[in-house]
Amino acid sequence: MRATDIKSPDYFHKVVDCQWACPAHTPVPEYIRLISAGRFADAYMVNWDSNVFPGILGRTCDRPCEPACRRSRVEDHNAEKPEPVAICRLKRVAADHKGDVSARMPHAPTTRNGKRIACIGAGPASLTVARDLVPLGYEMVIFDGDPKAGGFMRTQVPRFRLPEAVIDEETGYILDLGVEFRGGERIDSLRELLAGGYDAIFVGSGAPRGRDLQVPGRQEAAANIHIGIDWLSSVSFGHIETIGKRVIVLGGGNTAMDCCRSSKRLGGDEVKVIVRSGFEEMKASPWEKEDAMHEGIPFLNYYVPLSFEHENGKLIGMRFDKVKAVYDERGRRSLVSSGEAPEFVPCDDVLIAIGQENSFPWIERGLGLEFDEWGLPVLDEKTLQSTIPNVFFGGDSAFGPKNIIWAVAHGHEAAISIDRFLSGVALSERPPAHVNLISQKMGIHEWSYDNDISRDLRHIVPWAAAEQALKSIRVEVELGFDAKAAFAEAQRCLNCDVQTVFAPPLCIECDACVDICPMDCITFTENGEEADLRTRLTAPAPRLDQDIYVADGLKTGRIMAKDEDVCLHCGLCAERCPTGAWDMQKFLLEMPQARDGCATRAPVRSAA
Amino acid sequence: MTYIAKPKMHHPALQPNAVGFTRRDYEGRISTLCAGCGHDSISAAIIQACWEMNIEPHRVAKLSGIGCSSKTPDYFLGNSHGFNTVHGRMPSVLTGANLANRELLYLGVSGDGDSASIGLGQFAHAMRRGVNMVYVLENNGVYGLTKGQFSATADKGSASKRGVANSDSPVDTASLALLMGATFVGRSFSGDKGQLVPLIKAAIGHCGAAFIDVVSPCVAFNNHSGSTKSYDYVRAHNEAVNRLDVIEGRSEITTDYAAGTTVDLQQHDGTWLRLHKVDEAYDATNKIAAMNYIQEHQARGEVVTGLLYVDTNPEELHANLKTVATPFNQLGEAQLCPGAGALAKLNASLR
Repeated sequence: MRATDIKSPDYFHKVVDCQWACPAHTPVPEYIRLISAGRFADAYMVNWDSNVFPGILGRTCDRPCEPACRRSRVEDHNAEKPEPVAICRLKRVAADHKGDVSARMPHAPTTRNGKRIACIGAGPASLTVARDLVPLGYEMVIFDGDPKAGGFMRTQVPRFRLPEAVIDEETGYILDLGVEFRGGERIDSLRELLAGGYDAIFVGSGAPRGRDLQVPGRQEAAANIHIGIDWLSSVSFGHIETIGKRVIVLGGGNTAMDCCRSSKRLGGDEVKVIVRSGFEEMKASPWEKEDAMHEGIPFLNYYVPLSFEHENGKLIGMRFDKVKAVYDERGRRSLVSSGEAPEFVPCDDVLIAIGQENSFPWIERGLGLEFDEWGLPVLDEKTLQSTIPNVFFGGDSAFGPKNIIWAVAHGHEAAISIDRFLSGVALSERPPAHVNLISQKMGIHEWSYDNDISRDLRHIVPWAAAEQALKSIRVEVELGFDAKAAFAEAQRCLNCDVQTVFAPPLCIECDACVDICPMDCITFTENGEEADLRTRLTAPAPRLDQDIYVADGLKTGRIMAKDEDVCLHCGLCAERCPTGAWDMQKFLLEMPQARDGCATRAPVRSAA
Repeated sequence: MTYIAKPKMHHPALQPNAVGFTRRDYEGRISTLCAGCGHDSISAAIIQACWEMNIEPHRVAKLSGIGCSSKTPDYFLGNSHGFNTVHGRMPSVLTGANLANRELLYLGVSGDGDSASIGLGQFAHAMRRGVNMVYVLENNGVYGLTKGQFSATADKGSASKRGVANSDSPVDTASLALLMGATFVGRSFSGDKGQLVPLIKAAIGHCGAAFIDVVSPCVAFNNHSGSTKSYDYVRAHNEAVNRLDVIEGRSEITTDYAAGTTVDLQQHDGTWLRLHKVDEAYDATNKIAAMNYIQEHQARGEVVTGLLYVDTNPEELHANLKTVATPFNQLGEAQLCPGAGALAKLNASLR
């Protein structure tokens, strides 16, 4: 194998699995260490800079970081079900315990640059664009059909998961920068907006249309059949306060989980989730499924809806065909009827949560804004620019329904694009990420991070008492970690951003690092092709998505090969190294934001 | 040394051996030696060898004397018996323990000071008697604990860290062991586990006095350009006579090496030693030739390593003393002290 280029910013970034998996690339271990140190406000600001909504995300994020967490690959005494660090809930800890951070928020400059930008929709994507651009002097105008900012974070996520105060606070930080928010003003025409004199337009209008289910009886029983996201929104704004005693929720995604748990709190005694596919294939995050089951909601799998049944114009139930999954020789699944008689499930209300779609009825055709065959805008994937040069998209409206953290990531990119566009700089050139690699050595056996790893199992977030939680939709179910539990959970983090950096000229090949490594990560051997090398390391390295760190230039002509996969970042290799050939260096990645990339500042790259 | 204990977490692929232990189960406490010490690599090699040989830790006794090397039994086989003796007296205590219970695996760990200076006599007599043991000498050529004075194995003319040349002749412990009657003699290098681990395994399988001299650089005091026991010097002057595979049990022996380059030797416990000859002329079963070979190459400043000599039919202490097969510590008082009548009978037979 060729020697690893550790100067490439991506190399060590990939080692920080959580950060690499996060669309916004939040420096997770960095804020977890700050939580361990009790520096909650600092931890919050590290998050806020990167993902803009730490309090909201700390309760609702899809957390792509957690399945990626190295802890879940190395926790030895929990082999049945190794658990990642509770990254998401630690983010909430930073938000809950931070105190007053208003003084640390940026401000709009006293003189604006005279450029006006309209954002459509006040969801996470638009708010991120505004946050990044207001401090640079842009005038931001955000339109939303709803009276308050937040978009789907406010309308779709039930209050028992996300209290209104948290949304108000975090949308407030952005609106208070000096944004013109026009709540209750729905944009009905892009043509009119284009004529409105804005220098650029950002579309962050989400994927606002819930998919319907057209089977017999849909029209006749319409009064008791609801589209999930619309129903959640009505609940959120207090327009709906009750539901029938027996509720069927159709669909297996996170919206279905929110629907069933909300129903349970609005009078639904018998709430069932009914899904076409199997339990494993349900799109909802595992923890959201668990939470619903915890509240006593049964899931019926492999039920395909046949009809809505009604009597005298009133819904009485649904009929389902029971199916089974059959796989062909290429592993493709089809659902085949089991041949049993259709099953009737009685109910009073049905919530349909089988997916969302994009919808742009307000964009006139013929303006030059092109759409693809799926009805999505044609965009440059990197710059998010549409076929009208000063119109940009982000969030669910760009590439279809995703989640909050993706919307934030899009927002950062779109802000960079808009800034460059309005500065007359090429959009295709992006400002580089700033990378810093700093030794953490403080003394002979002293590191500036705590390298003694806790063997605790994942700590459970305490819940409000069930009877109290189910009584009201406004009682938050999860109570969040207290400071003590947060510290204990934070100590489970392996500090994967503190990198093992190897300097071949210093190495005397004494094997001390090989002998001490608890994970058998390190090997000194003859070089070879990667496939061959992976089989003859101290321990086999079968995970191809995890890199082998190869260094050459050793006196014996051998190479040093380190399997990054299971490294605990305990620093023992560096402690046992007599010559300092190993060092533990903190990798800090600062993702580019609009502030880094405009024409007035040349791109800088610090040492990496 | 290191302040934190080695984390208990381990590689997901870590496997137990035939007796149910993983390699990590053969570890001891974390080493307090200097970072990079060759001795720690030897500890790791002993751990690896014991794991591969399916040794039950409670059937091992580790004995050592005084010195950096003699601290190391604390850093491996944490669940075995241990005895840290007076300086240079490990061979006597080991011999006594072996007489009391012949069923344990005796692992003597010593250094160049402990074995070649204060304990030279003890060393020689343990070899003479053919005590069934694995004697590992961790040889760095200096007194590390007292800041790096030359030891008795330092080569004449080699320099100390401060540049002073050594004027005394070295004790070559491998030659001495051969001369004294050791039936298994090897030499290796702490930086070459590929060679050292099979040597230790072969020594464990040997029923007699097995001696391995392991050159083990002292990174603090003897790893400089004037040293003949530094990582660089040993790597540059290492003359391996053979490579060794240890094949356990009676599995069929097949070979894919060219005829004449491989020799299979069966030890008394049934294990096969497969020697891949590096030097075509070297015969590891010829004691006299081995002594000559070692001396000739030593004179040229080369470090001869590998399995230097093995007697596949060794004599050992218990056989020579005609002791009973049952270990003494399992015999009852009546058997161990048969009384005045038996003594009188014995005395009468000698008159």
